[in-house]
Amino acid sequence: MRRIATALACFAAALIAAASAHAQGTVKIGVVMSYSGQFADPGAQIDNGIKLYMKQNGDTVAGKKLEIIRKDSGGIAPDVAKRLSQEVIVRDGATIIAGYDLTPNALAAADVSAQAKTFMVNMNAATSVITTKSPYMARTSFTVWAVNEALGAWAYKNGVRKVYTLVSDFGPGHDGEAAFTRGFKEAGGEIIGSARYPVANIDFTAFVQRAKDSNPDGIYIWVPGGPQPAAIGKAIAERGIDKSKVKIMGQGELTYEDALKSMGDAGLGLITAFHYDFNHQSAKNKAFVAAYNADFKRNPDMFSVGGYDGMHLIYEALKKTNGNTDGEALIAAAKGMKWESPRGPMMIDPETRDVVETVYIRRVEKVGGQLLNVEFDKIEDVKDPWKARQPK
Amino acid sequence: MMTSVLGVLFDGFAYGMLLFLLSVGLSVTLGMMNFVNLAHCTFGMIGGYVTVTLMNAAGWPFLATLPVAFVAAAVISVVFERTMFRRLYRSSDLDQCLLTIGLVFVSVAVAAYVYGTIQQPVSLPNYLRGSVHVGGLTLGVYRIFLIVFALVVTGALVAALEFTRFGAQVRAAVDNQRMARGLGINVDSAFAVTFALGSGLAGLGGALAIDIVGLDPSFALAYLVYVLIVVAVGGLGSIGGTFAAAMLLGISDMAGKYYFPAIGSFLIYLVMLSLLMWRPAGIFGRRT
Repeated sequence: MRRIATALACFAAALIAAASAHAQGTVKIGVVMSYSGQFADPGAQIDNGIKLYMKQNGDTVAGKKLEIIRKDSGGIAPDVAKRLSQEVIVRDGATIIAGYDLTPNALAAADVSAQAKTFMVNMNAATSVITTKSPYMARTSFTVWAVNEALGAWAYKNGVRKVYTLVSDFGPGHDGEAAFTRGFKEAGGEIIGSARYPVANIDFTAFVQRAKDSNPDGIYIWVPGGPQPAAIGKAIAERGIDKSKVKIMGQGELTYEDALKSMGDAGLGLITAFHYDFNHQSAKNKAFVAAYNADFKRNPDMFSVGGYDGMHLIYEALKKTNGNTDGEALIAAAKGMKWESPRGPMMIDPETRDVVETVYIRRVEKVGGQLLNVEFDKIEDVKDPWKARQPK
Repeated sequence: MMTSVLGVLFDGFAYGMLLFLLSVGLSVTLGMMNFVNLAHCTFGMIGGYVTVTLMNAAGWPFLATLPVAFVAAAVISVVFERTMFRRLYRSSDLDQCLLTIGLVFVSVAVAAYVYGTIQQPVSLPNYLRGSVHVGGLTLGVYRIFLIVFALVVTGALVAALEFTRFGAQVRAAVDNQRMARGLGINVDSAFAVTFALGSGLAGLGGALAIDIVGLDPSFALAYLVYVLIVVAVGGLGSIGGTFAAAMLLGISDMAGKYYFPAIGSFLIYLVMLSLLMWRPAGIFGRRT
């Protein structure tokens, strides 16, 4: 009898809580990502992007007040991310979920989004297949396939003929390898060797030496953010690889800000392809970087802009639906939305709900005594090629 | 081709020396005090952050920060020892593990709070950068420095153990604690000093490691596994064993990654497994 009474009491409490959530005209957004652990820094940057957008645009959209509920998934933990996404929707009354810095977490949460028919904004996780797992999800970051296949094609166009690939041995690394290889080979290039280094690898000397010994005219590297890019940059310099003869190319993380600071001059001449760098020369980006520095005392990076543009998408979608938080309405509003981001022009593809943006080719140069990624070429309106090739 | 192999092995040797510095303290305290100190790499991290703070905030030159890293880690370890560890000397291994691993998590969070989660860059002085060409080999200057430094430290340690009275007391306490106490040796103070020394060395190792492996709050946890492997394979309480194990692991890691990149990093676990099956107490360990 007592059990039934307790259950009824809980049920009543839950109803009241849910009712009150709607009654106040608040839109709750559950942000699930890593605020602690190995990936805490990207999480912090995405969060800063969210905070900055809300500060600049106020926290009221279409007459509703926005409330961010933060949940820490602590790193690669798909079961935790799924549970937190569920909890934030069911218990806290969130009608939009966002964040998702890591692929396994994003994939697990996609199930929740599909089942609960909740609008989901993937602000970072870059594996192509993610957006196909829920019809209510849009992405505002990039995909590994888009950036790296563009780089592969660009490499051939710019005189590289024989490439050795070196990637991290997990999902995004394999994607990078496959994408670059495809883009490069389709243009006519030859992959003369490849290796995959363990995800937690500390010392890259052996791998870099092996790459050098195969005598390529280009080395393609895929590495995630963290301590590894600096280690690779230093290993390349220490092993005496001449960057004027061998083009070292990779995805943006190879030369992200902290890595360049650690690498020092060893990083000069590294070529990377990416969708965002704080050094991007546009008025909007300059303003963004200045505001970001004022609030957070550091430069924004790809994570920050993913969070910033994710919030922009949420705001604009809510304005279009007039505050209606129904998943169907929001995703319909998001499809085809185009805007000028600090990174440049971007659009949410109406078919795949994925991001369509410009891929910049940059080289590390010393500008005013500082090492920066200087853009010298670009490929516009890049769509995710992996999804484009899937049978419809 | 041969020169490139030698170059790789040289780097493996340097990496092994780094592991040695980080692990030797743990081997001695584990062998001597039988206290499972999983927070050993926390002291490494402390040393690293001391170096970074002194260099970036106070503009000290790199080499000058190293003794401070050593001392800071040693002092903080003494504080921990007095306040927390000492209560658990007679407790079970599990209790000691729980306390020290809890300490690791706390230290990671504190580091993240104070320094943020970013990678800490350290800009080495120019004379430690770049590489030299010896014969046909390209050797990194910093790695040469690391090897020389670690060998000097090893020499000093071994000399202290073999030729000083304090060293004799430590050896006695490791061999047979009861007997040492019975002979009037102040085992407790030998413990305390050795613990401080070991943690200070870890701090030094942490400071030296920044240029090779980077520094962020997860350092305390990330290298714990490698340090434990070195200690287990080398044998508890043995400096020579730790040295041999660190060498073996550094070189086999490098060689494995050069020749078999697909299974590259698994090789050290394979080496560890085979060595431990051949000698369960470690290469130079002894069964207690």
